[in-house]
Amino acid sequence: MNTTTIETKTALDGAVNPDVREAPLSSAQITDYDHRQTVGRITADNPKMACREVNVYYSEKHALRQVSLDIGANEVIAFIGPSGCGKSTFLRCLNRMNDTIVSCRITGHIQLDQDNIYDKSIDVVQLRARVGMVFQKPNPFPKSIYENVAYGPRIHGMINGKAELDELVYASLERAGLIKEVEKRMDEPGTSLSGGQQQRLCIARAIAVNPEVILMDEPCSALDPIATAKIEELIDELRENYTIVIVTHSMQQAARVSQRTAYFHLGDLIEVGETDQIFTNPRHKLTEDYITGRFG
Amino acid sequence: MNKSDDSAATPPRRDIKALVNAGLKRRHAAERRFRWYGLTAISLGLAFVVLMFANIIGKGYPAFWQTYIELPITFDAAVIDPAGTRDPETLANADYAALIRASLRGLFPQVEGRRDLRALYGLISSNAPHRLRGEILADPALIGTTQVIQVLASAEVDTLVKGNINRALDESLRPISDQEIAWIDQLTADGRLTKRFNTILFSNGDSREPEQAGIRGALMGSFYTLLITFLLSFPIGVASAVYLEEFAPKNRWTDLIEVNINNLAAVPSIVFGLLGLAVFINFFGLPRSAPLVGGLVLSLMTLPVIIIAGRAALTSVPPSIREAALGMGASKLQMVSHHVLPLAMPGMLTGSIIGMARALGESAPLLMIGMVAFIVDVPRGFTDPATVLPVQIYLWADLPERAFVERTSAAIMVLLGFMILMNGLAIVLRKRFERRW
Amino acid sequence: MVTVWAVLQPGIILELVVAGLPPELRELPPDRLGLVLNDIKNLVSGNIVSGTPDPTILAAAEHYRNLQLTGHVCLWIVALLLATVGIVHSWRAISPKLRARNRVERVVTLLLIVSSTVAIFTTIGIVLSVLFESIRFFHKVPLTDFLLGLQWSPQTAIRADQIGSSGAFGMVPLFAGTLLISGIAMLVAVPIGLMSALYLSEYASPKFRATAKPLLEILAGIPTVVYGFFAALTVAPLIRDTGTALGLQVASESALAAGLVMGIMIIPFVSSLSDDVINAVPQSMRDGSYALGATKSETIKRVLLPAALPGIVGSILLAVSRAIGETMIVVMAAGLSANLTANPLQAVTTVTVQIVTLLTGDQEFDSAKTLAAFALGLMLFVVTLILNIIALRVVRKYREQYE
Ligand SMILES: Nc1ncnc2c1ncn2[C@@H]1O[C@H](COP(=O)(O)OP(=O)(O)O)[C@@H](O)[C@H]1O
Ligand SMILES: [Mg+2]
Repeated sequence: MNTTTIETKTALDGAVNPDVREAPLSSAQITDYDHRQTVGRITADNPKMACREVNVYYSEKHALRQVSLDIGANEVIAFIGPSGCGKSTFLRCLNRMNDTIVSCRITGHIQLDQDNIYDKSIDVVQLRARVGMVFQKPNPFPKSIYENVAYGPRIHGMINGKAELDELVYASLERAGLIKEVEKRMDEPGTSLSGGQQQRLCIARAIAVNPEVILMDEPCSALDPIATAKIEELIDELRENYTIVIVTHSMQQAARVSQRTAYFHLGDLIEVGETDQIFTNPRHKLTEDYITGRFG
Repeated sequence: MNKSDDSAATPPRRDIKALVNAGLKRRHAAERRFRWYGLTAISLGLAFVVLMFANIIGKGYPAFWQTYIELPITFDAAVIDPAGTRDPETLANADYAALIRASLRGLFPQVEGRRDLRALYGLISSNAPHRLRGEILADPALIGTTQVIQVLASAEVDTLVKGNINRALDESLRPISDQEIAWIDQLTADGRLTKRFNTILFSNGDSREPEQAGIRGALMGSFYTLLITFLLSFPIGVASAVYLEEFAPKNRWTDLIEVNINNLAAVPSIVFGLLGLAVFINFFGLPRSAPLVGGLVLSLMTLPVIIIAGRAALTSVPPSIREAALGMGASKLQMVSHHVLPLAMPGMLTGSIIGMARALGESAPLLMIGMVAFIVDVPRGFTDPATVLPVQIYLWADLPERAFVERTSAAIMVLLGFMILMNGLAIVLRKRFERRW
Repeated sequence: MVTVWAVLQPGIILELVVAGLPPELRELPPDRLGLVLNDIKNLVSGNIVSGTPDPTILAAAEHYRNLQLTGHVCLWIVALLLATVGIVHSWRAISPKLRARNRVERVVTLLLIVSSTVAIFTTIGIVLSVLFESIRFFHKVPLTDFLLGLQWSPQTAIRADQIGSSGAFGMVPLFAGTLLISGIAMLVAVPIGLMSALYLSEYASPKFRATAKPLLEILAGIPTVVYGFFAALTVAPLIRDTGTALGLQVASESALAAGLVMGIMIIPFVSSLSDDVINAVPQSMRDGSYALGATKSETIKRVLLPAALPGIVGSILLAVSRAIGETMIVVMAAGLSANLTANPLQAVTTVTVQIVTLLTGDQEFDSAKTLAAFALGLMLFVVTLILNIIALRVVRKYREQYE
């Protein structure tokens, strides 16, 4: 599996879209950036999403610099890195959740299958139906368990009739591994569940829409080890049908669930590679420092 | 988007893309509609603000001008001082109205008959003779001369001149007859009508005659009332806030005080009026209609506001300052008085000013304690019978004359002006001393 | 200081009284003046004066009495101020070395405690004053008649043989009227207030919000007497004319006019309370909904509103309690006759209007008519208190949920 090569941003493979927008960088930043070229193969064999030269600014703050990365279909890719390095920021670019932040500005190119997701013709409503998201803190709606899961299908008008909806809700809860625990209490509020159950409810809620990609932002950081194990198991199962991007603080978790890992540092994507390789044989000094626990 | 590659991919996925697309148009329309409702709601709210202000200013601003009639007055010695003694008492009691009547007869020689003459004299305010007496008392040398004096016109003349009487209306439906209109038109043509700034509005107390009615009495009443309110509620409010925030142990008793304060803030104001009537007037026997009682009632109403604002100001002082002071060996009281209170004072003042502004606009409880009487004299103390500005507005609002409607609106403008001033002061104070810890 | 005052006050007041006397009296020789002043003083203390008192002397006595009262009040205020100054001064003077520190501190703390009980005493005062008079009222009129009676006509006759001398004190029509007007007010205020709050917190740009919110809150700062004036002189005639043009029978003091204007007054109340409540809903809730592809309005309708519902209900309850207790608008724009009707175009009267009518103007104490006002006040107090307690509790529970 050691087929990784070192590539520069200017020598991307065939997946490069010619329509890469020019990033407005000063020369000083470019020098800085040159020191931090992404190490490793940023492309995937069967890309589900392709990001090129993505820059994110919060007002004046340059939070993410020239990130280029492919996300392969049906793979689990983990984003790791110290706090504040831009993992969540990048993740939120993938379903345009950053649109909700007024001060946030994004340049670059992100593609889902053949669609440029920042294109005018793309509707965020539709995009977010295709790219689901699970958050750090479980955030079930103040509704019943059933209604939580039914929320997505209902708003998108995906189902006809109660029977179909029932089926979908049960199937989603089943896939989220929650059905046994909640079967008898579908009408209780989602908030009455335990933290781990809530998070699985949120996953069920996300997959009820049947998205193509699921983004998970530190989904286990608020959970106890047992609940975490359950979620990790779930991620492994979901991989069959979904492409999953997971941000995690725990390197063990990244090692357990992901096939590829990307290491972010202060707004730069430092290194990408097969998970095994990143954890056993990191190429970049910064990655190595992080892995060996020198900071973070 | 791209329908061509649909067939190649896994069916359920593409299905969803199309499904979502199918509903998009409807959903975005619903979104726009909802947004539009929101914008409409805000616009309605803002429109009400504008409408009320426009309505009141539109009605009220003419009240700041008042019509006067220029009359050539002959200060006939035979009328004023037949004996020629120039005794001030004789001068003070002379029949000045006769001078005005004579002048009017001179201007309108064709008018005859008692009724017509009475109507003619009615063009001039009944206050006008006082004006003449004032002139003579100030300068007795005027006796025997003829002066052009601007005398106050009656309210009907003023209303007509301001265009607020519909001339097309049938005579019986107007407060002013065709004949009177003809006289006024003649006076206008002769250039004898002038409009001057209405100083009476600010210098007189209430009156049954609109052209003589002013808000000075109400303003002074409001002033005395608010003075009492402030002197009572500010020290007590600050002391309560300091105690509750800095000294009180957290127990049932302080919980009770806290709940009590919150509920007190929401008790209808009229209930405070009942309290004032039953306790201050009937039990303690304080005088009715007095600013003293009004101030007492309003201070009880304002107290919760000041306490709540005071506590908020105290909590915004960071604990580090307290710790530093205590660390230097200051007692708790010293810490509060020397360090915390000065820092919290702007916030407390801001809250108090807002509370006072609210008290200024309050009328319901004052109706209960009798500050609603018709009072001509300007109050000169805390126990004189008085009314306050909002109650004066209430009283005038009931009067049918157009001239009173005008004055009511003008009084409202003055009231709102004071409130804007006070709130502005509060804002300036807050901006000036705002500290980010 | 107080003694100085006590010594000086009579002198000053005499001077002032003399200054207030008509000129012809002022010019009297000193001994005659002394006599007149004595007369005045006697009048003030209620002694019998030789002969029938001169009106000018009566007026002077009145003046004297007023000045005396003013003097007392001034004395109190000055004493209070001096005490405050003294406390502040000794407070400042306290240095760690000073022995007196503990004593002073104890006294000051005591003062603080006493101040904080004023609020409690106010409540007790309210409860006792309305309760006592109400109990006296219920001796004359049975409680059940008051609570359940459908007839309100408090005109007790002066002579027993007059017709309709009994007077009827059934408060149902008053409460119905209050509810009708408050209901209309809420129909105006809740949609407008809530939608404004939603727009301001979810759609508006920070700049728009920063201007529109304070502008809207101006409505809350306008004195209610101004609304009353607006209702009575602008809105009521407008509604009547419109109604007449449409061929409807509209009373000139229709419930609709008072209700509409009261609704306008309550808009900022609803909007700022719901704004707080909506902002308390965690952003994660919105994010969760957006991430599923919901539009803003879907998020608001299906997530935000259900999440904020308890808080919004609490705010609406507070607003209702405010509407029920509102006085000036209804006194100026609603009617006096107690009609039991649900027709907003007719005139109804409210609890507060009746309290004001019963207690302003000529009043004999102990008459059922006057006491009835206190009974109504008691009802008003109880109802608004219950509403407030429920509302505050609901809102607090709601806040704790998201803390
Ligand atoms: N809404 C925001 N406004 C301004 N700055 C932000 C915002 N969100 C994140 N940032 C900044 O962007 C940087 C990256 O943040 P984030 O992506 O959340 O990091 P993490 O890798 O811990 O998820 C941080 O320095 C953070 O301060
Ligand atoms: Mg993060």
